[in-house]
Parts: sequence; C-alpha cells; structure tokens
Amino acid sequence: MVRRASLSSFSSYHGAAAIISMRLRFEVKNHSLEQHHFTLRLRVATGLVLVCFAILLARFVYLQILKYDYFHTLAENNRVSLVPIVPNRGLILDRNGVTLAHNFFVYTLEITPSKAVDVEATINHISQLIEVSAEDRKRFKKLRQESHSFESVPIRTHLNEIEAAKFAANRYQFPGVEIRSRLFRHYPLGNLGVHMIGYIGRINAADVKVLEKSEDLSNYKGSDHIGKGGIEQYYERQLHGTTGFQQVEIDADGHAIRVLSSTPPVPGDNLVLSIDSKMQDIAEKAFENHRGAMVAINPKNGEILSYVSMPTFDPNLFVDGIDGDTWKSLNQSLDRPLINRPIRGIYPPGSTFKPFVAIAGLQEAKRLPPFSIGDPGFYTLAGSSHQYRDWKPGGHGQVDMQKAITVSCDTFFYGLALELGIEKLTSFVSHFGFGKKTGVDLTGEIGGLLPTPEWKWRRWKQRWYPGETVIVGIGQGYTLVTPMQLAQATAVLANNGIAMQPHLVSSIQKHNRAQTHLMPITKLDAISLDSSNIEIVRAGMTAVTQPGGTAASVGAGSSYSIAAKTGTAQVVGIKQGAKYNAGSIDERHRDHALFIAYAPADDPKIALAVIVENGGHGGSAAGPIARKVMDYYLLGKTPVGTSQEASKKPEVAVVEDAPHD
Amino acid sequence: MISQIIEQLKKHIDSFLMGCILFSCVVGLFVLYSASGGSIDRVSSQLLNILAALTIMWISANTSPHYLERIALPLFILGLLMLIGVALFGEISHGARRWLNLGIARIQPSELMKIAVPMMLALYFSKREQSLRWLDYGVAALLLVVPVGLIMKQPDLGTALIVTAAGFYVLFLAGLSWKILAGGAVSVAVMAPIFWSMLHDYQRRRIEILFDPYQDPLGAGYHTIQASIALGSGGFAGKGWMDGTQSQLDFLPERTTDFIFAVFGEEFGFLGNVLLLILFMLLIGRGLVISSQAQNTFTRLLAGSITLTFFTYVFVNIGMVSGVLPVVGVPLPFVSYGGTSLVTILLGFGILMSIHTHKTLMSTS
Repeated sequence: MVRRASLSSFSSYHGAAAIISMRLRFEVKNHSLEQHHFTLRLRVATGLVLVCFAILLARFVYLQILKYDYFHTLAENNRVSLVPIVPNRGLILDRNGVTLAHNFFVYTLEITPSKAVDVEATINHISQLIEVSAEDRKRFKKLRQESHSFESVPIRTHLNEIEAAKFAANRYQFPGVEIRSRLFRHYPLGNLGVHMIGYIGRINAADVKVLEKSEDLSNYKGSDHIGKGGIEQYYERQLHGTTGFQQVEIDADGHAIRVLSSTPPVPGDNLVLSIDSKMQDIAEKAFENHRGAMVAINPKNGEILSYVSMPTFDPNLFVDGIDGDTWKSLNQSLDRPLINRPIRGIYPPGSTFKPFVAIAGLQEAKRLPPFSIGDPGFYTLAGSSHQYRDWKPGGHGQVDMQKAITVSCDTFFYGLALELGIEKLTSFVSHFGFGKKTGVDLTGEIGGLLPTPEWKWRRWKQRWYPGETVIVGIGQGYTLVTPMQLAQATAVLANNGIAMQPHLVSSIQKHNRAQTHLMPITKLDAISLDSSNIEIVRAGMTAVTQPGGTAASVGAGSSYSIAAKTGTAQVVGIKQGAKYNAGSIDERHRDHALFIAYAPADDPKIALAVIVENGGHGGSAAGPIARKVMDYYLLGKTPVGTSQEASKKPEVAVVEDAPHD
Repeated sequence: MISQIIEQLKKHIDSFLMGCILFSCVVGLFVLYSASGGSIDRVSSQLLNILAALTIMWISANTSPHYLERIALPLFILGLLMLIGVALFGEISHGARRWLNLGIARIQPSELMKIAVPMMLALYFSKREQSLRWLDYGVAALLLVVPVGLIMKQPDLGTALIVTAAGFYVLFLAGLSWKILAGGAVSVAVMAPIFWSMLHDYQRRRIEILFDPYQDPLGAGYHTIQASIALGSGGFAGKGWMDGTQSQLDFLPERTTDFIFAVFGEEFGFLGNVLLLILFMLLIGRGLVISSQAQNTFTRLLAGSITLTFFTYVFVNIGMVSGVLPVVGVPLPFVSYGGTSLVTILLGFGILMSIHTHKTLMSTS
C-alpha cells in the first residue's frame, strides 16, 4: 500500500499544470487529502507571517511616528548620556550597633590625563598651591597605569576646606584638573577585627572577571571599590547596593545640561555582626604582642562572639590605594599580619584533640569506667621497641578516662587511638567539623586535615602505619586544624553533639532600616552522645581549670566553672630521648600554645579556641586570654588597664556624612 | 555562444527571487557602508562574502532535489558528529565553543544544521507519509531535540532558535496534530512558572531584563534602549543615508552586525522600514508559492521550512532591534555583516530554486 502510493505519486509528476489532474487520477485519496492538509497548514503559516509583520509595522508606527518627538529630543537635539549614580555601601555594625565600617564624602583633586596638557607639569604646578607628597605621586602613578586616559585619577585625597578653596580660586589655570567629592569607606575602629571585617580596595582586572561571570558588572559602572576580604568580600552583593542612573543631555563640550530622567540608586544593606566590639578589643589586647588567633562561639546558635587574628593592620590603608612600601612591609613581615589566621592558619591540635578522641572512645564503649591503666610514662606497640613518650617523665600513675583528660595523659590516648583504629576515629570526630570547612561566612577558609589511610595513599603513595594512628590520639601527626574549626568543635562538644552553623552576620538591615532580615540559625550536623559519656568528658575538662589540672591558674578565683583543655603543638621536631627546653631555642621555634574552653561548664554560653603562636604551654600563654574574654562575656568584667578608644575619628575634615536613608 | 552560456547559467535560477536577493544585497552594502563609518574594507569584504554565497546558491540551485533527498541522512549524521566534535574538541571564541578546526579550515557545524535538520525531517516524513502516527512525531522530535541541545550547550541561543524553528516548521507542515500543538502550548504555560521558580535570582533578573531593558539600562538593556532611540528618532522619512546621529556617534553597539537594522531605520525612517518589510515579504511569498507547487512531500516540506525559517530570521532580528522581542543573536538577512549566515541563507534560496526548476525535468526523465 505504502509502496504503491509512492510509486504512483512518483509517476504522476507532470509539472504544475498536472497537479489538478493528479488529484483526480488518484485511487488513493490519502495523497490529495494530504496535499489539502498541507495547503491548509501553509495558509495558517502565511497568516502567522502576516500577523508578525503587522506587529513589526505597528511597532514602527509607535516608535517612528507616534513617539517621534520624544526620541527626536533624546537623539537629535543633544546627545544623551547615561550617568551612573553609585549607591552608598552598606554599614557594618557590631551586635550593639557600634559602627565598624561606614562611608563619608571627601574632596579629592583629580586629573583626567587625556584632558591635561602635560600631566607631570600639571602636578608640579599643583604642588606649588597645595601639598602633594611623594606618596601621593606614587599612588597617582600606580592608579594612572590601571585606568584609561579618559578616567579621572585622584592626585590628592582628603582635601581640607582651605585647600579646596585655594584650588577652586585658581581652577582656570588647570585644565583637566577638577575637585570631586568621592565616597570613602572608613573603619572607625582601625585595626580592630580587620581580618573579620575585611576592607575594600580598588576594582582590579581579576575582580572585573569575577563580576563579568556573575553578570554583576553593569551594576559596578561608576564604582571604584569592591570588598577585598572578610565580611566586606563575602557580603559584597548585599553591601554594594544597586547603581542608579540619570539620563542626561550633554552639549557638544560634554557638559550636562539637563537631567531627563533619573532612577535613584538603592543603597547597600547594613550588616549587623554577632561580634561585640568591646569584647573584640579585650581579646586583641590580651594577645599583647603575640601572634595567634582566637574564635569564640555561642554554642547554642553558632553566633561568633569574637574573631581574632594577630597581628592586625589598619584596613584604612587600603581604601584609597595602599602605597607600595607599606604594602611591602605588611606583606613581607615575618609576623605575617595579612594572614587570616582563624580560617587560613593550620596548626596541629595537640592535646586539645584529646576530648574528641575521648568521646569517640566512650561512644564505642571503650575505656568506660571503671577502666584504668597504670601509666609507666611511655607507650610501645607490640613487637616494637619504639617508645611513644608521655609528656610527664615517669607517667601519671593509675589513670582512668576522666583523669586522662584532666592531666592530659598521652599514654592513655596512644592506646585508645590504636584500639579505635584510624578509620573509626576520624569518621567519628569528623562530626565535630574536623577535616572540613566550617562554612563560616568568610571567603578563603581552609578545611584542615583529618588523615586517613586512603588520604595518605592518595597524597604520598604510602601505606598507613599503626604508629601514625597512635600519635593521632594526641593530636599530632598529620592532623591539622584551623582555629575556626577548633572553636567550632569545642562548641559542638559544649552543645552535646549538636553542630550549629557558625556565622558572623546575625542580621541584614535594608538600607532604610524598614526591614531586618535575621540570618537563619541552622543545624549543621548532630551526633547522639550518651549523656553519661558527655559527663565524663565534661568532668575531666572542668577539672583542668581546677587545682591539679593543667590550667589550674586559668580557673583560679572564677565564679563560674570552666571546662577546658590545654595543648601544645610542636613547631620543630624533637629527637628521641632529647629534652625540650623552651629557653634554649629560638622564639619562633617554640611550641604553639593551644587552649579550648567552654563555660559555664554546666550550661555553656560561650565556647572558644585560642592559639598563641610560639607561646609555649597552652595553660599559661593561651589560657589567660580565654579567661579575660569569658569574664567579659559572662560577667561583664573589663580587665584592668584596658582603655577604650572605640571611636577614633578620621583625621580629615568630613565634608558631609553620607546620607543613608 | 555567450548567450548560450548565460542561458545555461540562468537555467535553474528563479529570476524573481534572484532580483529580490540582489536588490537586498545592494541595500545591505549601502547600509553597511554607513554603519561601519564609511569603511571600504568592510564593504569589500562583505562583497566577497556575497559573491561566495551566490556561488553556493547557484550550485545548490543546480543540484536536483533527488540528490538532496539522497544526501539528507548522511548530511544530518555528519552534522551531528561534528556537533559532538565541537562539544568535545571545539575551539572557544568569544566565550562560546562553536568552531571546529579541521586543520585546513575552521567550520561552524551548527550553521550546517540550519539546513540539515529540516532536510532530515522532511526526508523522514516523506518516507513515513502514509502511516503517520504519534510515534513518528516522537522520533521526529528527537531528531530535532538532539542537535538543538548540542547547539544550546555551546552556547549559541540564536542558532539554536533558528534550527528549532526550521525543524518545527517541518513538523507543523507535515501535519503535527493541532491537539499536540495546543497541548504543547498549554504545557509550556504550565511549566513556565515552575521553571521560573527553579532559577537563580541572577538568572531571573537576566530574563526580566530581556523583556524590560529599562531594568538594566547600563548593561544588558543598553542595546535595546539605544536602538529604540535610533529607530524612533529616524521618524517618517529618516535622517538620510550616512546622517544617523545615533549610528554615527557610536551610541549603537554592534551596529554592523546584529543591530544594523537600527542604522537602517534611523537613516531611512518609517518609509524605508516599510519598503524593506515589503521586500522581505516578496521573498517569503515567493518561497511559499514554490512550496505549495512542489511535487512531493520532501520538497514541499523542505521548501516550506526554508521559507518560514527565512521569515524567522527577519522577524526575530527586526523584533529584537525594535524592542518587541528579547535580544537574541540572529542577524538580519542580506544586511548584517558576516559571511556564515549569508551562505546558509542563500544555500536555502538555492534549494528553493532547485525545487522549483527541477519539476519538469523529473517528469521527463
């Protein structure tokens, strides 16, 4: 049937004239019917074409006849230019509303290289009128290289009113130079919490690429700055706001004549942090001149209460373009002030790892009371003569789990780790956040390392040795943590195994403060822990800050109970049988001091981790810092000798406070 | 002797189509000269493009539809393989992976699919014409969706749109049931809000801007706004050739390629626009007549699809420039600068001519 039809259709082609007769000749009606259908479809299509063309025609009538006058004005009379209006960047506030970052307008003196006759001569000429320092020239040179010749580049910023008036009176002498008022970011508390707050800097080529990718570039027309670190970077989208624009008529010389239409910018949102700036100040001062980090968390909701990275630097240096020498000294300093230690510094956890190993053991029904060991001061693997030494020569005598935590008995944990096995151990403690990013709202976080045999094989193509499991038990070996992770793990422990998402920003306010969006409090992970096991670890940790514990001095005279654990992390390996002597080695080779704690021990409101680089012993170097912070948070106690200079004013004349509503 | 040669050359050329095409090309060159700010280089290089495309048109006009029917399947498979090749080893230019480097030349397989897909589908329906069932439409849809998906991935939204249109027209003309068409329209209407809710904020915003350029006048909406100003200020009679201020003063982006219609509309006004539309309508009308007179299912469907695809170029481009459609990268036939799409369009017209002029030959052979 099919075949016949197609054959007959084939033989019946006789040109256009034959179509009519073809229909008649067909035995199979299908074909003519199909032709009929096709013609119908073609008619529908033709109709569609006509309708579409009618739409275009109607659009031409609208654009070119009805709205001709409007578009004529826009295009013919004068040229129309779209001028972006940069939105005010959102403020950053602490939990009590203290301003951590805000904006203000300052006068700047700017040169547009393409309009100036001789840029060098112009600068020399300007310097006869108002002061232009060598740094100003250097910065101008750098910025000029980064911008187009038709963009204006600041030669002087923060002009005072006398300077501005002086220049205005002599303006006619300086073609291509003008006074502009620019929005500047200012961090009134200076160094305080710089690694957390971050700073803004000039938009560079890499930033442009990122913006292009996220399709935000058009929103940055007119913007010079972008968040470069910390909260300023992580919440860039919220802080920046939406750029407004004006349609402006421009005459032949490029001067604006008249605003045709204007869409105001939408200012960025304000961020409220969970940080208390006073507590932050106490914590930073407590470090004195040590390097290190501290993170304090509310274990019940994940709010970060304090976030310290020492040493600090002044973020205001970066706002109008940092000069090369300052940058160099910051970048090359042995103290590495630019490193954001809480999320990017990795350290062996040392003995602060023990409580987590302890809870793993107890949950696996190992070392449950009344189990105890007699500690000879070292541990050996079966069939090996290698001695894994306890930190206390001669050992701790009879040791059960609680005492092992309190006196930080290495021998006890060597054996426990081996019995648990590396896989079980790491998979259990990973619920506390070890070995993965905490997901705190900052960019650049590092995930630390929880070693496993697979990891070792991938990384080194070597098999895992039992001896390596042994030292993981006391937080040595390959194990690496960030201070952020250690604080989070302590918070999870304090919160009975329930991990809350740690975060710095607690709420986002719309610019007019009409709406406040609270950041959600989310549960990250939860392990069910037996309360009796939690009690054993808590009792062991609480005894740490009591007489006989490794940090008894930290708890001395405290009205609340503190559960804590000290730790030291070796910077330089010590030979078998040799003795560690803090006094005899270089300061930078001294052990890192670690300290974790939560308090009050029976109803934890704060959990924290402190690391003092090359601080020696955790109890004496890191513990007092923790105590000061907890005293302030829990009792409102301010350490003596802490002077508050919370509201340092900018040194220059503030022309006008940035309007923010 | 010479007249014999000319006669031979003209044998398969439809003089009506040829006249319209040549006229359009000349208009296009004039507009291009103005849009490029008087660049002789641009115009002469476009002239070469036109000559090359006309040669290809002549060759395809002299190729019998029988032969086209025979190569439809191999051509489709070749195109598909090359698209896969592009996805795997393609060269990236301007952020999209569209080109295949064959050592001697770089080719853009997606462009081939604008012809190969309707040919393949027309072939499929001509083989199945007596026993069309729902399943056939399913198979046909698959033949369409696979290449379109590959082109979308490159990404090349404009070409994907044209190939989809070309394939859809074959399905439509082959008699795709109204129920399915209605069902498809309804399901799109139902799926749209679901799809919308699945998008990221920035993706949504991008679509919003497509439909309302004033939401982002400095970025994505800039083209559309400037094009509207150019067209509108052209008025009834236009500002005159080379006198369009918007075009000449650099306000118009991509004014020699996708947005060249704005230059045309500014300089020749409403009158010029209407004349250009009439010119395109003549080409489309002639194509539809050729389709209705074609003798078998394959040629009928192919001719219809090629004509309606040409219409799609025109409507999408002018619609986008005049702000009734979102911005999609589709050139204006004969006017936009560039050789690739011109070759494809004239190849299509060559096939139309072939279908029209080979009818009598077939019956005598």
